[in-house]
Amino acid sequence: MPVVSLEHIHKSFGDNEVLRDISLSVDKGEVVGIIGASGGGKSTLLRCATLLETFEKGKLTYDDVVVAQNNEAGDAVYGSKAVLKQAKQKFGLVFQNFNLFPNFTVLKNITHAPIHVQKRDEGEVMEQAAELIGKMGLTGKENMVPCELSGGQQQRVAIARALCMNPQILFFDEPTSALDPLLTQEVLKVIRELAEEHMTMVIVTHEMAFARDVADRIVFMAGGTIVEEGPAEQVINNPQNDITKAFLNKVNQD
Amino acid sequence: MMGMLGDGFVVTLQIFGLTLLGAIPLGLVIAFLRMNKWGFHVGKKKRKIRPISLITQFYISVMRGTPLMLQLFVVYFAPFYIFGQSLSDGWRFAATVVAFILNYAAYFAEIYRSGMQSIPRGQHEAADVLGYTKAQSFGSIILPQVIKRIVPPMTNEIVTLVKDTSLAFAIGCVEMFTVARSIVASSRLMWAFLAAAILYYVFNLVVTLVMNFVERKLAYYHD
Repeated sequence: MPVVSLEHIHKSFGDNEVLRDISLSVDKGEVVGIIGASGGGKSTLLRCATLLETFEKGKLTYDDVVVAQNNEAGDAVYGSKAVLKQAKQKFGLVFQNFNLFPNFTVLKNITHAPIHVQKRDEGEVMEQAAELIGKMGLTGKENMVPCELSGGQQQRVAIARALCMNPQILFFDEPTSALDPLLTQEVLKVIRELAEEHMTMVIVTHEMAFARDVADRIVFMAGGTIVEEGPAEQVINNPQNDITKAFLNKVNQD
Repeated sequence: MMGMLGDGFVVTLQIFGLTLLGAIPLGLVIAFLRMNKWGFHVGKKKRKIRPISLITQFYISVMRGTPLMLQLFVVYFAPFYIFGQSLSDGWRFAATVVAFILNYAAYFAEIYRSGMQSIPRGQHEAADVLGYTKAQSFGSIILPQVIKRIVPPMTNEIVTLVKDTSLAFAIGCVEMFTVARSIVASSRLMWAFLAAAILYYVFNLVVTLVMNFVERKLAYYHD
């Protein structure tokens, strides 16, 4: 059973149809990279999957939890609050601009939700947080607040914050777009390590080389549809579709 | 002279304290009503009408658009003209406090609203994805950031409140300015005004110092 499955998703903003019949499912341990030009619907797809946006048609399931599905008229109907709450326990999201809580220390950013939302034992959460802080190379920064950290450090805190909730799948929305090349490498290194541990991940990115190396499968999106998808090596090095070829050519020229 | 001024100052202090006590929470309620999204669509263009928000906006605009002194008179005389009640001496103080709370809550509400709307959407989204309920995310994440942002405009408003208490003079509430004026009238000397001015000034100095302290306390982070 896939960890997340999106089936025939349609999403519009007013008259602008942003997602046209998108289907995507991710298996346990799989790393999926989503690439494509801006405005192609990548971020919207991620926001629909993480319940930050609602879609008009289609079906979304996490494990055995059906978040939304079409009624007889063909319009998506979302589950109850309890269902949505249950689904939110399944995934984590890392934002482009981190969105850490500026008034919390690093440690509190990571531990507050597990303690107050998941109501887990404080000692256990602290132990897990300490481990994550070490893994993310943030030792010694526990009591700092986000504004004292570099962008790369902030993004690593954000990854630790998401991981401390023990999600089954982690979504990344252009995690390095707000970072300079050096800081980008710090963050990509951490994500690579997660991939080696077979963390299930969906990563929207503009880093083609990274996507090819880390992802098992690449999805290329344009104009609100999935134009091409397949094994990472194949899609990036030997694309079949003309739009994909044109896009990758353009990217490689820069 | 100082004894009488001192008694007046205590009343000034009471008006000030009770106004804050009432207007700070009432302002929050008004801010929430103002931002209430409940409503319905009308007309061909499907414009959304939000009755609760609209009524609250009207209240705020009246409170900010008419003189506080006039509002004082309206509140003071309302029991007489509307209910035919005779007006007791104690009512002068109570009416002052009621009018001040109603007026200041409107100003505070707009300060709260600007503070809340200035918090980036990403903060709400991050909290939402982490599973916080609306109440949890407001209490632990949004409100503390709002408080930090509204301290400077609140300081402004509170400093104005200290001086506005003297308007209670208009309905004969015996606070410091009323006392100073009567001393000046009977002694035919200006010293009481000078003393009152110094007391208002020192009062505001203390207010400013306290608010600056709060601002520094919250300066451990910036966004």
